[in-house]
Amino acid sequence: MNICVCIKQVPDTAEIRIDPVTHTLIRAGVPSIVNPFDTYALEAAVRLKEKLGGRVVIISMGPPQAAEAIRSCLAVGADEGYLISGRKFGGSDTLATSYILSEAIKAVEKRENLRFDLIVAGKQAVDGDTAQVAPEIAEHLHLPQVTYALDIVEQNGELRIKRDCDSGYDILSVPLPAVVTVVRLPYEPRYPSIGPWRESKKRTIPVLSEADLETIDLSRCGLSGSPTKVKKSYTPVRDKHGTIFSKVPAEQAAEKVASMLSEAGII
Amino acid sequence: MTATGIEDIIMLHDEQHISASGAVTASDEGIPIRKKKEVLCGMYNQLTPALVERIRSVSDHVFAGTDINPDYARDEMPVYGTKMPDLAVQPRSTEEVAAIMKICYENNIPVTPRGMGTGLVGGAVPLYGGVLMDLSKMNRILSYDLENFVVNIEAGVLLADLAADCLSRGMMYPPDPGEKFACVGANVATNAGGMRAVKYGTTRDYVRAMTVVLPSGEITRMGATVSKTSSGYSLMNLMIGSEGTLGIITELTLKIIPAPKASASLIIPFRDLRTALATVPKFRMNHMDPQAIEFMERQIVTLSERYVGKAVFPQELGGEPINAYLLLTLDGRSTEEVDRQIDQAADIALEAGAMDVLIADTHNRIKDAWAARSSFLEAIMEETKLLDECDVVVPVNKIADYLEFVNEQGRKCGLEIKTFGHAGDGNLHIYQCSNDLDEAEFKKRVDAFFDIIYREATACGGLVSGEHGIGSGKIRYLVDSVGETNMELMRGIKKVFDPKMILNPGKVCCQL
Repeated sequence: MNICVCIKQVPDTAEIRIDPVTHTLIRAGVPSIVNPFDTYALEAAVRLKEKLGGRVVIISMGPPQAAEAIRSCLAVGADEGYLISGRKFGGSDTLATSYILSEAIKAVEKRENLRFDLIVAGKQAVDGDTAQVAPEIAEHLHLPQVTYALDIVEQNGELRIKRDCDSGYDILSVPLPAVVTVVRLPYEPRYPSIGPWRESKKRTIPVLSEADLETIDLSRCGLSGSPTKVKKSYTPVRDKHGTIFSKVPAEQAAEKVASMLSEAGII
Repeated sequence: MTATGIEDIIMLHDEQHISASGAVTASDEGIPIRKKKEVLCGMYNQLTPALVERIRSVSDHVFAGTDINPDYARDEMPVYGTKMPDLAVQPRSTEEVAAIMKICYENNIPVTPRGMGTGLVGGAVPLYGGVLMDLSKMNRILSYDLENFVVNIEAGVLLADLAADCLSRGMMYPPDPGEKFACVGANVATNAGGMRAVKYGTTRDYVRAMTVVLPSGEITRMGATVSKTSSGYSLMNLMIGSEGTLGIITELTLKIIPAPKASASLIIPFRDLRTALATVPKFRMNHMDPQAIEFMERQIVTLSERYVGKAVFPQELGGEPINAYLLLTLDGRSTEEVDRQIDQAADIALEAGAMDVLIADTHNRIKDAWAARSSFLEAIMEETKLLDECDVVVPVNKIADYLEFVNEQGRKCGLEIKTFGHAGDGNLHIYQCSNDLDEAEFKKRVDAFFDIIYREATACGGLVSGEHGIGSGKIRYLVDSVGETNMELMRGIKKVFDPKMILNPGKVCCQL
């Protein structure tokens, strides 16, 4: 099974601190890591490869320093990695990014001389938190998709996927090729072992720019291809106010909540 | 007084003396009294309603009767006995501590200082009742002096809070004892060591100055914000490790250092513990200086990962079982420098017989790799009904032989033994666990086991405690280890600081 893992390099949110005066994020000196959900996607992919054979290829869009994130994936079982980086790609929103990545996936298939049976990614990146890019890739490529996967098992040429949902989980069957996004899996991503870690440090990461993506429509890339316009960004005020009705019966509490919401014009 | 008769070790009030025959006499009455415990209990007065009122007049945070937190009767090792105090106070300032202490001194009321009660040797248990002084509410970080690399804090600041606050300023407070929710003042009182001791030293190495309330209620300042001193006896260093028996530490000036810019941890699996331990000195010989070097066996790692709910340590490699691990942390000025250290450490480990070297080079991976190590004690407690512990320290080249001896003696004594420890500094944590013995039988077996293993620790050049202290639980082993001459010196020091024997009685050098 040939698997494409889409990853994003993000700031290590565990080390991000808030400036106590300006209330903005202090990014200086904050190390970059692979988006944690993507590390689960990679681990799931490597486990499938170990069982079924095939190749695991990383694709990541970002600035040149994102090559480091790809390199760290090569240390834990990925076979190859491509950095998608170009001047025309700057300022892309999720729609443009997913379009560029879908074009990159086609270009990589050609270069690697294979077809991906599975495209997998984390459910969302911890910096943007949109959870839109991977589902949009599926749409661009006209592939079936399953989001919030807890586990991926191959069965007779199809995938059986345990999907996380509010009431428990669903078991879904998906034909291949498909796009899947994963949540935190029941197993942890492996730690790099010294051999592959050393090899990964020596690897050159091929970079694909707009010139390398043959069929790409540049009007759909970058700022011009991005319908999202950010009007303003601000740090939300922490508001811990709340009313708890613990000493009244549930029905009465529900009525009170409903009337409060209606007074506030929310419902 | 004979050297072997532990029960005879007793500190005496000024009016009392030991007769040549070894009998303790109260000189006023001249009557030999052999029931020492009663003598000392008799020495103390009971708190009267009038005294409680006086204490309330100097402190707004006084708890009596059923308002006293039942946790104050114990620490985390209740096997050494529990006892409720008659009154509990939570002072907010040095002056408040001093005022309470003065009242107790004038009226012969025993006082036991306490931090978060995370001790493992009964050190904070008020064995004679009286006043329990909970210092955990004195928890303000007062100021930083980054030109002299010090931070001023109140003694009740939690280690976790101090560490995080320093990091937010790009600084590091290096001592890193396993229990992060202990008070720093109590870390000083036990000279706690921790994981980073191998590179950065123990708590003692980071204390520059302190404010102390003496048993009499006097307030004194010891040490200064200087890097050198040749200025008379170091009273401050006597206070460090005195376990609340000489004075109450209320404020501290601590040395801090610029935080390393990068760090990484290595999980190094081995076929057996002996090969793992034999690897440790090789890092040093190759000019490496890891921040921490811990050893652990598979069984305890599995137990702890089950408790933590996250498994990152491999169980086997290519079908071959892993039986022991070293966990290293490396730090440096840049990622590149740490990468070079990883390379070098891996070469050393693989040549010494390691099965592989796994790298944790992100914050989360480092955290997960250490989560299991940091939770050993809680994991053991979770699955064990009866538990006792010792934290001997032995020369690093004796660790493997000593642990083999300990495991064999555990089998002979019919006890389940779990061990882990600091491979870099020889400090071992040896747990005796039981889920099926009755308590009396467990204690009997543990006593027999301790007698043998403490004797062996001394014989191979070690000491009773690396970082947990003596408290009330380890006094007899301290006597056996350091000898009567040194014990007598300690008792003399105790007497100078605390002539009325009211501060944390029954601990360290005076068994009551």
